[in-house]
Formats: sequence, structure tokens, C-alpha cells
Amino acid sequence: MSVLAERPARAKQRRAGMSLRPTATLTLLCLLAALAGCALIALTVGAAGIPMARLPAALGLWVDGVANPLLARDELVVWSIRIPRIAAAAMVGGLLALSGTIMQGLFRNPLADPALVGVSSGGAFAAAAAIVFTDSQLGESLRFLQHQLLPIAAFAGSLVTTIVLYGIASRGGRTSIAIFLLAGLAIAAIANAGIGLVVFVADDRQLRDITFWMLGSLSGATWTKLTALAPVLAAALIACLWIARGLDVLVLGDAEAFHSGVDVERLKRISIVLVSAMTGVAVSVCGVVGFVGIVVPHLLRLVIGPGHRLLLPASALLGAILLVGADTVARTIVAPAEMPIGILTAAIGGPFFLAMLLRQRGLVSI
Amino acid sequence: MTALLEAQSVSMRVGGAALVDAVSLQIGAGEMVAIVGPNGAGKSTLLRMLSGDLRPSRGTIRLRQRDLSAYGPRELAQHRAMLSQHVNVTFPFTVEEIVSMGAGESPRAVTRALVTAALDEVGLAHFRFRQLPTLSGGEQQRAHFARVLVQLACGEALHGPGLLLLDEPTSSLDLRHQIDLVETARRRAARGTAVIAILHDLNLAMRFADRILLLHRGRLAVDGDRAAAMQADTLRQIFEIDATIDYTASGVPFLLPQTMRPAGKAT
Repeated sequence: MSVLAERPARAKQRRAGMSLRPTATLTLLCLLAALAGCALIALTVGAAGIPMARLPAALGLWVDGVANPLLARDELVVWSIRIPRIAAAAMVGGLLALSGTIMQGLFRNPLADPALVGVSSGGAFAAAAAIVFTDSQLGESLRFLQHQLLPIAAFAGSLVTTIVLYGIASRGGRTSIAIFLLAGLAIAAIANAGIGLVVFVADDRQLRDITFWMLGSLSGATWTKLTALAPVLAAALIACLWIARGLDVLVLGDAEAFHSGVDVERLKRISIVLVSAMTGVAVSVCGVVGFVGIVVPHLLRLVIGPGHRLLLPASALLGAILLVGADTVARTIVAPAEMPIGILTAAIGGPFFLAMLLRQRGLVSI
Repeated sequence: MTALLEAQSVSMRVGGAALVDAVSLQIGAGEMVAIVGPNGAGKSTLLRMLSGDLRPSRGTIRLRQRDLSAYGPRELAQHRAMLSQHVNVTFPFTVEEIVSMGAGESPRAVTRALVTAALDEVGLAHFRFRQLPTLSGGEQQRAHFARVLVQLACGEALHGPGLLLLDEPTSSLDLRHQIDLVETARRRAARGTAVIAILHDLNLAMRFADRILLLHRGRLAVDGDRAAAMQADTLRQIFEIDATIDYTASGVPFLLPQTMRPAGKAT
């Protein structure tokens, strides 16, 4: 009886489990196609609309017979504004989603996020402080460097936050994830208090700059900033291939991962450095954009499962899609003005986070 | 015969208290050893030291005549496999994915064959594609045991019979699966694997182990065969129970607790 009875049962299990998950190639191809589609739409819409028909000419691909009086303007908009901005959105989205995914793997908790443990706040605080400092009498000599100084300050702030966090949470070569998370919350509070203080002493113009950092925007994206993003993203993607198996096995817990042959401490160190570098460089380009790192991996796990070998590259792609989409909405919804993208991601991500929290309550301990 | 695993005067002290105090032991290939003892006797701490997870505050542990601390995590995983007491998986990995983690970087076909064999052995073949967190505690424990069996098989293919450490592997299992699990471990021992298991069920320990290590307050009170461990006086002193020890037809001792008295009170 058992052989006959088991066959349909096994087939059912197969349908219910494995076979519903799309293959890696299909997943990545679909995401790449979606990203290309999003980017194409983003190229055409905006304050200066460029219809699809004029796009190839503006991109310099081919010129149709009809002379286009707006060609020069289109070219300028596409090459100097839209492409750097879309590329920055894609890269920042990829970086934020990747760092969220890695941090969740590290914490074995789908609710962990760099913004949650103060890494983003640390960067924003340093940026806000740099704005006020370079305007003060003390920092007068550095004022001409203000534009270069901001991204560096944000990056340094994120890095310092992570190093301090790691220093607090790590003792004798072992890292306590619980302390890391709690210390992160405390550091986020301190950084936010710092930001509050800076806001208090800032004048009107400085306040506008600081608000930009706090709310997040991609309007400052330039080719130069892309050169900061690209190498970090490339290095992170390569490193991800290397740490993917370790992050999978880490789900079993530190001790069990060690028993399975993973150098847990090294994995944690690499992950923490990666997360801080990725968050730092993302904050330095567009300020604080939250929730991408929480929403993206969660959605993907539902479809492709939790294996990091596919989850990491897929997160980078979906993060890119999400931010390109969000940025396009942010710069068109209240055109000709622009809505800060951080407001948009928080407005969507906040309720999503709460929904996850409610769904998890009672299912697993958070 | 040289010992596969050898601990010399191993201690673990935390803040002045000795969790494990000067324990020495040797385990040879093909031996099946049960560690028994009351709660807080230092069983899990000893096992974690033997696995390389905890470094002893004093004493040395040698695996295949080489100091345990000289092994890197990956290399060590090829020589010993260990099943921890509680493993909590939060992400929705399937049983197959979890069991495959035991195979490390092995080729996909090899991993698949090993996973199939291990799942058959623990009786979970029909749950292969189910998400692990949806299974019962006992089923999850068996899935983790299958993972450890896969790891052991991968290591033994490279280096010959290895070491299998089990920390209360039967704690969530029903009677049938307790026996299944211990018999699986015995089969590994028959092929040369050295097995060390912490067991709370003394009858199970006596039935299946070649040797019993009885820990009491961090010290090794008894290291011998079941006859040596199962003395009424010893049990009264260490477990604070009065028990009758009887023997099955095949000469295996079994224990029937009679009366129990509150800890620390002499009668």
C-alpha cells in the first residue's frame, strides 16, 4: 500500500515545495528585464518629458530623418541628469537591499536593517555636522571643500558607527548579535539626538541642506558620485558569492554553523565591514533611505526561498528596481517639485514592516 | 589501539566555578560512549569542548593525535560532526536545503544522493520539500540529525571513520524514534565511527552504549561499562534516587526508580 500511496503524496510535496520556486537563471533574468523596463520608463518621464520615440535619438543610438529641434535639450537631460540619476538609484537600491539581506542573515532575523542599528543615522549625523561645521568660523577654511566633505563625512560616520558597535558587541573574538542589535538601537538614539542638536544650532539654509540628508534624495546624483558607488557595489557582489553559503549555514546558530565548518567569526567580520561600507556609501550619495533593506529580501524569500546564493544577487536587482521606481515616482508625483525619496520609501516600508511584525507575532520569536 | 579522541585533564572554569573539572578520557574508533549525569553536571560543556566549540581553560584535547585548536573550522568539520541540543531555524529553508548544509561544497549529485540516504535513514523522505519551521520539534530534530549524518559521511569519505557527537539527540523524540536514532548511531559505530552521546535516559544509555561516562559536578565519577555505572549506590549518590537495577534476559541492566527524595536531604 505504501508505495502506491506515497507516490501521489510525494508528487504533492514536490509541487508544494521545491518545484514552485523558480530557477536561479529564470529569477535573475526576470529581475534584469524588469530593471531594464523600469529604467526605460524612468528615462522618458520627468519634468522634461522625452517621449519613447525621441529616446533613441537622445541616447545617440540612431537619428531618424526628421530633424528634432529638441535634440540638444533631450541629449543634455538624458546624459547629464537622467542616466546618472537612474544609475545612482539602481546602485543605491542594490546596496541598501544587499546590506539589509546580509544583516538579516547575520542576525537570523528578517527584521534587521542597517537603518535600524543606527548605521544610517551615524552617517546622517556626520553629514549634518559637516554642513554646520563648514559654515562656522572654525570650519571656514574648509568651506570650499563642502561638497566633497559631505559624502566623506557620511561614509566616515557610518563606518565609525559600525566599528563602535562591533567594539561593544564583540568580546574575545566572539560577537553577540543581541548586544549588537541593542547597542545599535542606543547608538541610533544618540545619533538622532546629535542630529537634533545640529538642527537646533543650524540656520535656515543649513536646515534645508540637513533636511535633504535626513529625508533622502537622489537629485544630487552625478557621474562623479557613480564612480564612488560602482566599485563598492561590484566588490560587495563578488564578496556575496563568497559569504553566501556561510550565511545559509548561520541560520542554524553560531555553534551549529561552526560545527558545520564555517569560520563564524570571520564571516561576521566580513559581513559587518560589507554592511557598513555599503550603507556608508549609499548614505553619502542620497542621504537616509529606509526600509529598502527590509522589504526587498522579505518579498524575495516568499518567492525564491531563503538560500543566500540566489537571494543576494536577486536582492541587489530588486532593490535597484524598487529604488528606480520610487525615485521616478518621487520626481514626478508633485512635478515640477520633487518629493524626497526617503518619505516615499518610509511611507510604503513602514506599514509593510508593521504588517510583517504582526504576521510574525506568534509564528516565530522575534 | 590509539585513541581517536583524547582529552587530558580538561577543565572549564567560568568566574571561579568549575563547570568541568580535570576530566580525562579516551575514545577509540568504533566505540559508542554515552555521557550521563544529572542537570548541571557539565555534560554539554564537556561535549562542546570535545567538539572544539569551547576552548578548555586547562588541559588538552587531541583528535587523531593532533591538538584540537590546530584544526580550522572547515577541516575540523571533516573529522567530527556534532548535533547540538537546540537548533532554531527562522528562515523558511526546506528540509532538503537544511540537510544539504551538511555536505558543504560537495558536488550537487553527491549531495543529493547523501541527502536522500540520510532522509531515508531518519524516516523523513516524505518531508523532503517541506519547510523545516513547519515541522514538529521531533521531526526537526530528526532533520538536523540527517544533516549531521550527511556531514559525517562527507568527512569519512575523505579521512576514514570520524567522530560523531550528539547532545541529547533524543530529547524531543517519541520512543520509536529514540530507538531508531540510537540504532542509527550504533550502525555508524559498527563501521568505525566513534560516537559520543549525551543521554538522559539511563536505560537507553545502558542498552546501546559500550561505555558510560558518568559526570557529577563537573568531575568524571565513573568511566566504565554499564555494570560499573549502574550501581545502586552510585545512582543514589549522584542522581539522588533510589532505584532497583534488574537485568534483561540478554544481561542488559535496566533501572526502575523506586522512591525519590528531595535534593540535599539525607534520610
